[in-house]
Amino acid sequence: MALKIVKGSIDRMFDKNLQDLVRGIRNHKEDEAKYISTCIDEIKQELKQDNIAVKANAVCKLTYLQMLGYDVSWAAFNIVEVMSSSKFTYKRIGYLAASQCFHESTDVIMLTTNQIRKDLSSPNQYDTGVALTGLSCFVTPDLARDLANDIMTLMSHTKPYIRKKAVLIMYKVFLKYPESLRPAFPRLKEKLEDPDPGVQSAAVNVICELARRNPKNYLSLAPLFFKLMTSSTNNWVLIKIIKLFGALTPLEPRLGKKLIEPLTNLIHSTSAMSLLYECVNTVIAGQYCCSLGSVVLCVQKLRILIEDSDQNLKYLGLLAMSKILKTHPKSVQSHKDLILQCLDDKDESIRLRALDLLYGMVSKKNLMEIVKKLMLHVDKAEGTTYRDELLTKIIDICCQSNYQYITNFEWYISILVELTRLEGTRHGHLIASQMLDVAIRVKAIRVFAVAQMATLLDNAHLLTGNMQRNGICEVLYAAAWICGEFSEHLENPMQTLEAMLRPKVATLPGHIQAVYVQNAAKLFATVLKSQEGNTDGTAAQETSQLMIERLPLFVQSANLEVQERASCILQLVKYIQKLQQKDVEVAEEVSALFAGELNPVAPKAQKKVPVPEGLDLDAWINEPPSESESEDEQPKAIFTKEEHKHSRPRHTEVDEKELAKRREARKQEQANNPFYIKASPSSQKVYQESTGVEHIPVVQIDLSVPLKVPGLPMSDQYVKLEEERRQKQRVEKKKKEKKKRKEKHSGRGKKRDSGPESEEDITPAHMVDIVTEEMPENALPIHTPITVCDIQGNLQDGSQVVVSVIFENKCDGFLKSMEFNVLDSLNAKLQRPEGSGPHDGLTVPFQLPPGVSNEARFVFTVQSIVMPQKLKGTLTFIVKDSSTHEKLDFKLHFTCTSYLITTPCYSDAFAKLLESGDLKCSSVRLEGVSMPFHHLLARICFHHHFSVVERIDSCSSMYSRSIQGHHVCLLVKTTVSIDAKCDEPTLLGNVLDEIKQTFSQC
Amino acid sequence: MMRFLLLFSRQGKLRLQKWFTPISEREKKKIIRDMTSMVLARQPRSCNFLHWKDLKIIYKRYASLYFCLAVDNQENELLALEVIHRYVELLDKYFGNVCELDIIFNFEKAYFILDEFLIGGEIQETSKQVVNRCIESSDMLQEDDSSEWYEVELFG
Repeated sequence: MALKIVKGSIDRMFDKNLQDLVRGIRNHKEDEAKYISTCIDEIKQELKQDNIAVKANAVCKLTYLQMLGYDVSWAAFNIVEVMSSSKFTYKRIGYLAASQCFHESTDVIMLTTNQIRKDLSSPNQYDTGVALTGLSCFVTPDLARDLANDIMTLMSHTKPYIRKKAVLIMYKVFLKYPESLRPAFPRLKEKLEDPDPGVQSAAVNVICELARRNPKNYLSLAPLFFKLMTSSTNNWVLIKIIKLFGALTPLEPRLGKKLIEPLTNLIHSTSAMSLLYECVNTVIAGQYCCSLGSVVLCVQKLRILIEDSDQNLKYLGLLAMSKILKTHPKSVQSHKDLILQCLDDKDESIRLRALDLLYGMVSKKNLMEIVKKLMLHVDKAEGTTYRDELLTKIIDICCQSNYQYITNFEWYISILVELTRLEGTRHGHLIASQMLDVAIRVKAIRVFAVAQMATLLDNAHLLTGNMQRNGICEVLYAAAWICGEFSEHLENPMQTLEAMLRPKVATLPGHIQAVYVQNAAKLFATVLKSQEGNTDGTAAQETSQLMIERLPLFVQSANLEVQERASCILQLVKYIQKLQQKDVEVAEEVSALFAGELNPVAPKAQKKVPVPEGLDLDAWINEPPSESESEDEQPKAIFTKEEHKHSRPRHTEVDEKELAKRREARKQEQANNPFYIKASPSSQKVYQESTGVEHIPVVQIDLSVPLKVPGLPMSDQYVKLEEERRQKQRVEKKKKEKKKRKEKHSGRGKKRDSGPESEEDITPAHMVDIVTEEMPENALPIHTPITVCDIQGNLQDGSQVVVSVIFENKCDGFLKSMEFNVLDSLNAKLQRPEGSGPHDGLTVPFQLPPGVSNEARFVFTVQSIVMPQKLKGTLTFIVKDSSTHEKLDFKLHFTCTSYLITTPCYSDAFAKLLESGDLKCSSVRLEGVSMPFHHLLARICFHHHFSVVERIDSCSSMYSRSIQGHHVCLLVKTTVSIDAKCDEPTLLGNVLDEIKQTFSQC
Repeated sequence: MMRFLLLFSRQGKLRLQKWFTPISEREKKKIIRDMTSMVLARQPRSCNFLHWKDLKIIYKRYASLYFCLAVDNQENELLALEVIHRYVELLDKYFGNVCELDIIFNFEKAYFILDEFLIGGEIQETSKQVVNRCIESSDMLQEDDSSEWYEVELFG
């Protein structure tokens, strides 16, 4: 009792404690600032006293005032004083104040190092705890450096209470003083297996944060975490571990495979939504997306989340769904109904999420339906921000990937017109640009668009009602331009002309008026043309009169652009009127003012202009300024020269590959887009780049071909398809013909003779004709010495075959970027440079001007040579001027003969070989061959790479050897039968078949 | 990790602020202003998540008080909601049916409880019992101190 009385008096003595302060502030609502300033004065007095209890009380009050936004940094030293009190009560208050008020630039922090160190090693765990907590808020790089060791020691403290705090503070220390990470890491890792779950989860938290910053250093911990994940039941920890794995999997894809099972188990079993959401998110974000099953599971679970009445789950479900949409659009698209429902949600953030999703979900089929639904929402929507968002989304959805999903542009124009009825939107400009874009690029829509725009102009007063601050009037800019530019489609141009010259127009913003004036002139031209066609000349004169009456309004405009255009046109019309009065027909001349059609050009069109031959954009025009000594210059010059040689072709190839890729992509797009601007033949213009300097090559650019706006005219599309179809037919036809020829005639086609076999799937009608010709390594020595070299090299390696291919350009265009590719079989593979994939093509190292042929050699690895085989291949190339990417299919025949090498053999060795008994026997008769015997022998030698060993009267022995060392011996008789021996019966059988075939063709 | 936790009333009066990363006073004031205006402007039955700069803001209203927690972008929103809820439970346990006034008048206690639950933007202890026990024993320590102190004042 006595104590209480005393306590009360002491309270009074202290003037105010925290409670009094709070109460006081609440009671002085009107003059709070004034009251607080008196309180602060009191606190300053209190801080001057020696009594630590008074000081602590003052500091406590200051902490409260700091929260209210008052500056208390002046009391920083007093806070340190209270922190260093030996009593826990005051220390606690001091540290709290410090953690709220101190920051890195507080200079007194320097003074605290020793105090904190003392507290950290205090026997009382709560002293240590309070110091750690405070440190977590105001640790500076200096403190971190000085105290890192102390804190590290605390990580192995006997009390788990201290251990877990120390582990968590260590993260802050790492951030401020990264050098501490290395020595502390082993101990941190140890803590992952701490007996106390709190310490364990603290260690997981810290490593999770560290791994997020630099995942690859923590890959080695994956097995440990995997163990923790499968054993832990604490959801807080599980979520962290799963997050950590999310950061690790991109670096180690194998982890993904291992994780997928426990993750799906968790998804199936857990009842905690936070854990479920984390698992789903990790599965989506990770590389596991390869397994479709898990994605389907995720989508199912997300659907449940979205259907939930809890707004939070709905929101998160949509958020995660949009992540799946990026990788697996199909699986999400089936839930369109659900997403559309979300548009009705009361919560704006949910509606916005749903909108985001819809953007990725549209297809040609559902676009109209989705937009219809969105239009309904536009009408209902409250608040301009959401409505504007809806508007931009509708336009985004429609115009994405070049209007890919729009099948009916009339519909789109009507949507745009409907959108103009929105009041107070800021996006008039966006709508206008869409109108212009569509009207210019989609030729077929112009009639419709012009009609709609004319109506808009007619009803302009509706839009402009309260419009000065209303962005929607921008639409009139588009409307006026479209009506003027495409005025030939107008049903009633006179009416539109009148609408554009109304006095009210003068209230529109200047840049729109300017367009009005200019396009009124275009309309005027059109109107004159139609009126002069009629016999009555007065109508035309009335039109001129109308112009002359209305234009002065614009001539007075304050806007310079409007004024200038209006006065020009006014004078022009006056002159026209004079001519009209003299009965001169002027319509033709007037419309000539605006003749010519504006054609769209793709933004990237410039890139398609090929770099002229011999122009190296990377090369120095002048020698680069040399910084080195003169003696260094010589090697340097050589170096740069060499580099040019290498870098230039590489550079262009990459460029062309890239171009080809883009072109493919665009073609794809075009195929999906039936509505496309048609490039009429009349629009083909030839531009010449004229330069005064002779040495710069003049390049003709045929605009109609290379400068295509993404997407191809419809007709072109069909032409392309048709061409492809026809080509196929041709090839088939040709094949048949060839077969026939082979049967009928003998020994035609010299080229085919030079190689053992060739397959040309080419028709002469095709624009580009290429003769592919196969020339295995053992081809005749007609070829260049280089081929001979190859033979020698490959004899040592029995599995290599060099194929020489002659490329002949029979077309008129310049061929470049040729890529040779063959579909490998199990037995035969094209040797590709290291680092390229098994399906990559090889670049043919030259370009072909028209009519030129050149040879390239390709190395194949063949395992078994006893059977003949065929390989399918393709050649892709670009015809320079048309800039299209062409493809040519061919087949390579690897006959058994092509594995034989002409090898001379002496008769005694030959006899030994036959006697050895290792050889299997076979024989064949050649029917219907009537040629001199020596011709027959020559033919066998020539085509099948045999050499004559000995010739005795009516028979001759011959020998050849395969690249893998098989001996083939023949005894050819004048009776045209062949007895043969070989150590490989299959090979022999095939060689004999081939010989027989050669003669059957004769 | 968590960046900051703010408690404010329906009128936008700040009741508690905890910053887990060093931020200048000016920046703090700006953030507080942004948060209160953003959160208070939300419609009732909206979801509890907001995106603000590169952070996720998770807020929840308990009676007249808004709890507003900012976390890094890759954090789990539902877990953050759990954190807020756990803190409310801890306050409730300590004050016994906690109300705004409890936090106003004992704001330092609210901080002490928070410091036992979260540290440096990470969860320190997920078990309610353990946190409560720590708070109780530190309070005991304070009681001891206080009684000593009164004695000193009485007899000293």
